[in-house]
Amino acid sequence: MASHYEAPIRKPLVLGDKGYHDVTVDIARPVEGKANKQWWIVFTIALVAFLWGLGCIIYTVSTGIGVWGLNRTVNWAWDITNFVWWVGIGHAGTLISAVLLLFRQKWRMAINRSAEAMTIFSVVQAGLFPIIHMGRPWLGYWVLPIPNQFGSLWVNFNSPLLWDVFAISTYLSVSLVFWWTGLLPDFAMIRDRAVKPFQKKIYSLLSFGWTGRAKDWQRFEEVSLVLAGLATPLVLSVHTIVSFDFATSVIPGWHTTIFPPYFVAGAIFSGFAMVNTLLIIMRKVCNLEAYITVQHIELMNIVIMITGSIVGCAYITELFIAWYSGVEYEQYAFLNRATGPYWWAYWSMMTCNVFSPQFMWFKKLRTSIMFSFFISIVVNIGMWFERFVIIVTSLHRDYLPSSWTMFSPTFVDIGIFIGTIGFFFVLFLLYSRTFPVIAQAEVKSILKSSGEKYKKLRDAGKPLYEMPAKGGSKKVEAPKAEAKEVDPKQVSSLLEAIGTFDPETDTADDLKKVKGIGPQMEEALNQIGIHTFAQVSKMTEKEYDLLDSITGSFPGRAQRDDWAGQAKKLNDKK
Amino acid sequence: MASKVIQALYHDDDVLMHAVKKVRAEHHHIEEVYTPFPVHGLDKAMGLADTRIAITSFMYGCLGLTVAIVMMNYIMIEDWPQDIGGKPSFSYLENMPAFVPIMFELTVFFAAHLMVITFYLRSKMWPFKKAENPDKRTTDDHFLMEIGVHDNEQELTDLLWETGAVEIKVTEKES
Repeated sequence: MASHYEAPIRKPLVLGDKGYHDVTVDIARPVEGKANKQWWIVFTIALVAFLWGLGCIIYTVSTGIGVWGLNRTVNWAWDITNFVWWVGIGHAGTLISAVLLLFRQKWRMAINRSAEAMTIFSVVQAGLFPIIHMGRPWLGYWVLPIPNQFGSLWVNFNSPLLWDVFAISTYLSVSLVFWWTGLLPDFAMIRDRAVKPFQKKIYSLLSFGWTGRAKDWQRFEEVSLVLAGLATPLVLSVHTIVSFDFATSVIPGWHTTIFPPYFVAGAIFSGFAMVNTLLIIMRKVCNLEAYITVQHIELMNIVIMITGSIVGCAYITELFIAWYSGVEYEQYAFLNRATGPYWWAYWSMMTCNVFSPQFMWFKKLRTSIMFSFFISIVVNIGMWFERFVIIVTSLHRDYLPSSWTMFSPTFVDIGIFIGTIGFFFVLFLLYSRTFPVIAQAEVKSILKSSGEKYKKLRDAGKPLYEMPAKGGSKKVEAPKAEAKEVDPKQVSSLLEAIGTFDPETDTADDLKKVKGIGPQMEEALNQIGIHTFAQVSKMTEKEYDLLDSITGSFPGRAQRDDWAGQAKKLNDKK
Repeated sequence: MASKVIQALYHDDDVLMHAVKKVRAEHHHIEEVYTPFPVHGLDKAMGLADTRIAITSFMYGCLGLTVAIVMMNYIMIEDWPQDIGGKPSFSYLENMPAFVPIMFELTVFFAAHLMVITFYLRSKMWPFKKAENPDKRTTDDHFLMEIGVHDNEQELTDLLWETGAVEIKVTEKES
């Protein structure tokens, strides 16, 4: 039996008077409509940034890595900073769709599609950096385990950099199929609505001929669950392995065992911030305020606050361990971060990542859309500085004071970074016009439990659906009329199971207090001889079925709303 | 062989669930139900067998783990052992801790991708595949139940109207 019951205390996740068809229309609208002026303006800016970045990449590849600001001491800087930053952002999508699926959090359904899109697009940006940094990107296939042409020298499986290749390509490809599998029913929805032949063709192709048979849905749900189970350790492994790039080295400031959990928490932190940045804009532009509600933003802010605090604990732990280790190089690395020439980067990181999320303790602030947007930008900046601090401040003053130096980026460094931001937004803007940006099939499946329309119906004690008039040929009989012609044999077997009501000793309860029992239903129950919570609380599936066949109205109602459980609580309170 | 089927459209998942139960209780065989979203408990109500796709995923994962072990043992231990930072290069078991990340990644890679491919093939989905839902509204807000007709068209029609169908259609189906 489909159970649509949800505790009344839970706020609706879909606002407004929305039925199934309304969800379809709302989510298909951005795809079927035309782009507005703002979209074109933002898209043009993003495209220009992307093209500038592309130019800088071409310049780097054709001239050499020397065009970057790297020097002998700081031999890793913006490239790896940007790489880690983008990979980190790419963590929220799979976390939302996989971890929140395992925890059965219904609020993920409004945001998982876009969060996963963000994941894929940002991992694409991240992947660009190691490839450009190879210097000869056409030899990129050398990272694959194939023997080279001079003999059977293989890739080094002991190296964290090679682990990274495997981790990121697995993560990207698994996220992609997870995303695409979820998209199939939604592409099918757009396909079946399409009127223009070209659109119809494209969406037929994209939907892989999704049909929506009961068996397909059964497999679909199982596949989603297993993919979530696989993606959860995967998402944790990716940033763990990224942190190994540093943690397995012997550079003071990098050689830290706390890195894996600290990087993962930071990744979730920055990823949720980017989801907030994107969705706060998207809900407005695509008119999706009814689906991506303030409650969604508030919940994401809470995640940002928690992970930001974890990151703060990690920063402090690092400092403590540096002091406690008694290793003076380690101690100097951290002292230098906070008070050396890069103090401004360190304290921007501290302010943005540890201090700013603490505002989210205040309900007023975390439910404010403008403030959430502002904090999400601040966190994005802070997390970029975190990677910059870890990488550059650990390198710029090494063991040999004569080689101490500073790092200054060239226009090419800056250009490539801006270019990836442009590329990311180009992809995301194209996505928001052509893809169903909310997992509408999943939203429909929670509509009856979490939609405002149905919550109101339930509170009013009204049924969630109406039986249609039977084929126009026969009239539906009013439930009241049916209730009168009860079968005495059924009534007696029902009362036998739940106990009879004796007006001498018992007092009748107000059965309307049970959610789902309206005045009409109470009358019907009283007619049968059910007057108390104690009686209702003894009902099981058998009695529900019996009751349904006696009253003939709203079959399945009692079970869905769990009358027995509610009545038991009400009875205990008496 | 062309067979005659009766298709009943419903506009609500709860009505559909009751209809499915009622039709099953009357001992009619439901050939197919098309829904716009996963209706929980529908597979049980229709009497569909549980899917075994999770088991295939487990087996694919085992395959991935085996591939990872065999590959790295050949590459790092047998074919070209190297002294990398003094790590033991002569025994797979002793070098194993450095191989754990790749063993994990390949397990997940195989389990996820091969399971999804299996799902697509079993449910007959691939690019350029034509959709087979008999009514376009079944991806929007309608639910369609399909029952084979064996000289009992009138009986079935009456029964389906009774269960709250909003539209009933009898068609010839090529299969």
